[in-house]
Amino acid sequence: MDLLTEPVGLSHYLVVGAILFVCGVLCMAIKRNALGVLMGVELVLNGANLNFIAFSAPYLRADSQYATGLDGHLIAMFVIVLAAAEAAVALAIALNYYNNHATIDVDEGDELKG
Amino acid sequence: MEAINWHSFFFLLFGLAAGGFALAVVLSGNIVRMGFYLIMSLGAVAGLFFLAGAEFVGAMQLMIYVGGTMVLLVFGVMLTARGPFVSMKTPGGQWVLATIVGGSLLVMLLHTAVSVDDWRVKAVAEKAELSEEPPEVELSETTNPDRLGMALVGVRSDQPDPRQPAEEFGMSGYLLAFEIVSVHLLVVLIGAAYLARTKRVGSRD
Repeated sequence: MDLLTEPVGLSHYLVVGAILFVCGVLCMAIKRNALGVLMGVELVLNGANLNFIAFSAPYLRADSQYATGLDGHLIAMFVIVLAAAEAAVALAIALNYYNNHATIDVDEGDELKG
Repeated sequence: MEAINWHSFFFLLFGLAAGGFALAVVLSGNIVRMGFYLIMSLGAVAGLFFLAGAEFVGAMQLMIYVGGTMVLLVFGVMLTARGPFVSMKTPGGQWVLATIVGGSLLVMLLHTAVSVDDWRVKAVAEKAELSEEPPEVELSETTNPDRLGMALVGVRSDQPDPRQPAEEFGMSGYLLAFEIVSVHLLVVLIGAAYLARTKRVGSRD
């Protein structure tokens, strides 16, 4: 009940961001579907973005003079835009891979294996 | 009983949704369901952005991420999900390894997140008590699209006067990054259209 009556601090946001990040890394590591790997990348970027936003909010922390303010918001926006671009290119590559290999399983793309 | 802090309540709601659906993305084997869980997780993160005072970024998250990137991903899923590719199993050994690595990474990150006193709830609450009156939030102090847009074209309204040389350090706007991103988007547009052209299987050269 403490969580419901006390204000949240920066740590809470960082915990959620860490969970998103780790879920994304796991997704990237274990998914065999190329699009699943892409989804992991999106989760990682979101976890990082959440940290940027949390660090820029001055009222979440006691040392509010160190809050990054507008910088965090701007970097988060750049990350969102670059993530959209990255998804477009990665999707095009995945479709190309699918056309050439007739599968979307990333384990099958092992031509470079020595 | 103390009154419910609604900010904390909504934080708990969105935070649990974001974390829970992210976990569901990892655990689910079906690519279509993974896409749906990811949409829910990203939407919850947008809610957290709103709670942290970044309304504009939250709106961008909903519009670009949930509305654009996810549609793109779902498109990819639709184009490639047939028969055996809808649900692919990961070998058990990889699960064990991934759990060990991910668990240790999570422990390290959580330890870092709670180790700074100024970031914890107690410090924030004490600071609120010290400054008897509730902190005044001026309208000009809230983040609005105007200030973000001004910073993008290189004018920082949230910083001290940049014309004084002593205060100049680290106060630039984001004009160069903005331009680079715009060119980058153009390149990506052309590159993605070029890469995604349909080619027949077997006619690679």
